[in-house]
Amino acid sequence: MELRPILATLRRHKVILWLLMLEIALSCAIICNGVFLIVQRLQHMDMPSGIAERELVQIQQAPIEPPADRFARAQEDLATLRQIPGVQAVAMSNQVPFGGASSNGNVMLSPTQPHPTLNAAEYFGENLVQTMGLQLVAGRPLRPDEYVNADVVIKALADGNDKGFPMPMLVSQALATRLWPQQNPLGKLLWLAPTASFRVVGVVATLARANAYNIATAQYSMIIPVHMGADKDQSYLLRTRPADRQQVIAAAVAALKHADPTRVITHMRAYDEIRSDYFKDDRAMAGILVSVIVALLLVTGLGIVGLASFWVSQRRKQIGIRRALGATRTDILHYFQTENFLIVTLGIVIGMVLAYGLSLWLMLHYELPHLPGIYFPVGALALWAIGQLAVLGPALRAAAVPPVVATRSV
Amino acid sequence: MFGYYLDLALRSLKRTPILTGLMVLAIGLGIGASMTMLTVLHVMTDDPLPGRSSHLYVPHLNPLPLKGNFFANGYDPSDHLTWPDAMALLNAQSARRQSAMAAGHLLVRPSAVGMRSFYVDGRYTTADFFTMFGVPFERGSSWSAADDAAGAHVVVLADSLARKLFGGTDAVGKMVRMGENDLRVIGVTTNWQPSPLFYADSRTKRYSDRDLFFLPLSTAVDLNLGTDGNVDSWGKMPNGDMRSATTTWLQFWVQLDTPTQVAAYRQFLIDYSAQQKSLGRFQRPATNARLYSLMGWLVHENLVPGDVRLQMWLALGFLLVCMVNVMALLLAKFLRRSGEISVRRALGARRRDIFVQFGIESAVIGVAGGVLGVLIAELGLWSVRHRPDDYAHIARMDASMLLTTLALAVFASMIAGLLPAWRACRVAPALQLKTL
Repeated sequence: MELRPILATLRRHKVILWLLMLEIALSCAIICNGVFLIVQRLQHMDMPSGIAERELVQIQQAPIEPPADRFARAQEDLATLRQIPGVQAVAMSNQVPFGGASSNGNVMLSPTQPHPTLNAAEYFGENLVQTMGLQLVAGRPLRPDEYVNADVVIKALADGNDKGFPMPMLVSQALATRLWPQQNPLGKLLWLAPTASFRVVGVVATLARANAYNIATAQYSMIIPVHMGADKDQSYLLRTRPADRQQVIAAAVAALKHADPTRVITHMRAYDEIRSDYFKDDRAMAGILVSVIVALLLVTGLGIVGLASFWVSQRRKQIGIRRALGATRTDILHYFQTENFLIVTLGIVIGMVLAYGLSLWLMLHYELPHLPGIYFPVGALALWAIGQLAVLGPALRAAAVPPVVATRSV
Repeated sequence: MFGYYLDLALRSLKRTPILTGLMVLAIGLGIGASMTMLTVLHVMTDDPLPGRSSHLYVPHLNPLPLKGNFFANGYDPSDHLTWPDAMALLNAQSARRQSAMAAGHLLVRPSAVGMRSFYVDGRYTTADFFTMFGVPFERGSSWSAADDAAGAHVVVLADSLARKLFGGTDAVGKMVRMGENDLRVIGVTTNWQPSPLFYADSRTKRYSDRDLFFLPLSTAVDLNLGTDGNVDSWGKMPNGDMRSATTTWLQFWVQLDTPTQVAAYRQFLIDYSAQQKSLGRFQRPATNARLYSLMGWLVHENLVPGDVRLQMWLALGFLLVCMVNVMALLLAKFLRRSGEISVRRALGARRRDIFVQFGIESAVIGVAGGVLGVLIAELGLWSVRHRPDDYAHIARMDASMLLTTLALAVFASMIAGLLPAWRACRVAPALQLKTL
């Protein structure tokens, strides 16, 4: 295909050409960054929790009226729940990954350290490893006899009494690697307060925080052998087969109500709901970004259709002359396709620069990493495809112009 | 001439229906998307208390130690006050009115037979809250400063909660069991729900939550009811003592009516910080003390999420692409009519006349695009209302936004038509006439 006649024609429509290129460039810049944002959101939504998500259900209740003993009540409830058919394991936990409401502690590597090293999630509750389906990669799980009631621990800390410390604890692999890089974390000590020391006895592969808003610190978690007692911030976790979840929820609520008819159940749900609730903003944003990209491609495509149709009808006579002089239909078709390819390519070149600029602006205003190079071709391919698709109709119409047009006057 | 140009424009647009349709669609889509997001932003940044908001201020002290990791939860703990600081500001009475408050979340145990216990959100606050924010009462009244001092076991209910608990009967004087305590109802407010709930902390769903009860802050602390808001402690191991000088959890609002009062209060805060610093409690410079206006506070609290702002920029970027698109199409269309332009010019039309003629043609596209844009924006807002977000239910277009939509559409299409019209009026008539 000879490019010279195409370039000569385009030179006569400089302003329109520039506008079309600008439109393609803007679309390209938005699409490159938009696809990147979508992938970021999807990655965020994919954040691992480390737990057997499809096998868990959560039941949460209002606090009981004193003078009932909340620790005894928790043990009774757990025993009741353990009896329910289909339940493989039960635990009481103060939080769940992506549950929103979180409990965190400031971790120190020495009791006299003036400022904490980092902040990590504190999971309390017996039998969490088995119930949540956590994967233990080193050491041992916490034993039932190591668990202490929360009021005892709080009193000891208030009195400055260090009896019972260091307590054993489990940490997540991410936390262990951050605190003791390249070292065996088993047996290491850490402090949550100047008198509260803990010894790492085991490491779980993954356990996400309840408020995992920062991907870098999302997996910093600890499991501490403390009984919290029945209270509004605690919830019962039940592990079961995925197919039995709804059945187990109904049976569990019925059993709890049977044990105490005045009890108020505030939440009962399969874990899936918790996860989908936590990431709903990301899902909505990804959906909006997809719609914007589709709309951009649509508008750009329609713009190309409009202009190309215009040019075809404007050049009917010239097309007729070319046909009369021996050009085949394919030649005419290729002429318009090549013209479109040239314009879109020029637009994409400008678009790459704009995309880079836009990514810098986004980095300035939002917590985003640099736009990786892999996303640049994405916008280019999308626009080449939409350009060729858009021009096909008008180009076919141009190819259908009969040579006889050349002999007619305007 | 306007009528004639309008007629010319309509004829010209009718001659190329597909192209006209494309341009109207492009403007409509761009305007629709932009106005959806601008409307969301408009309702989110609306004034929650018109008439009163300009006199309301938030004092901001910084009792945090110089070093430490205080932002683990994604917000600044010094956005809230400690109990000693709040009490000091309250007792100083340096503002016309002042009130400390915190979120409450209590289990209501109705006395009526067959009614289940349920949780309600409300506020622990002090006497000035009601007069400062202008909370309207249906029955009874609020409590006095003496009740605050005594930690009286009283409660003010919102009408909906009062009706739920006591049916049609007068709730004032009745007892209600909240948590493990019996409180006497002394007043019932009418339906009052500022949007956003500006005085609540960042943990609140500020566009959908509302307070259903109000009880004295001192009572809540005496009875150890616990707060549902953000609580941040530093220094010693927190032991749940809400009166601690190293635990922030209280919101504080003051009413200042004149610029002199504002300046005086700002100085008062700096003096107070300096005094606390000399006592060794505060470590940061006293000039760190700030006074935020209501709207300034909402900006400080990042009321509009980053995602919403990003969506607005996306929509505006989309509008820009649509405008460039329309510009290219209009240019192609206008230049194709060089012959017609030349004839008009030869018959005596000035360049200005040609410019106006094409300007009107662009505006017609703008009006049509604007109407389409309103429809698309309504559709967009309908989909926003079906999102799970807290602000979703308030996303509605009002008359001012409707007019803005149409105006923006006409403006955008006129801008898009500017360059094409200018190019059209520069066509050299002689050259074109020869080829006719």
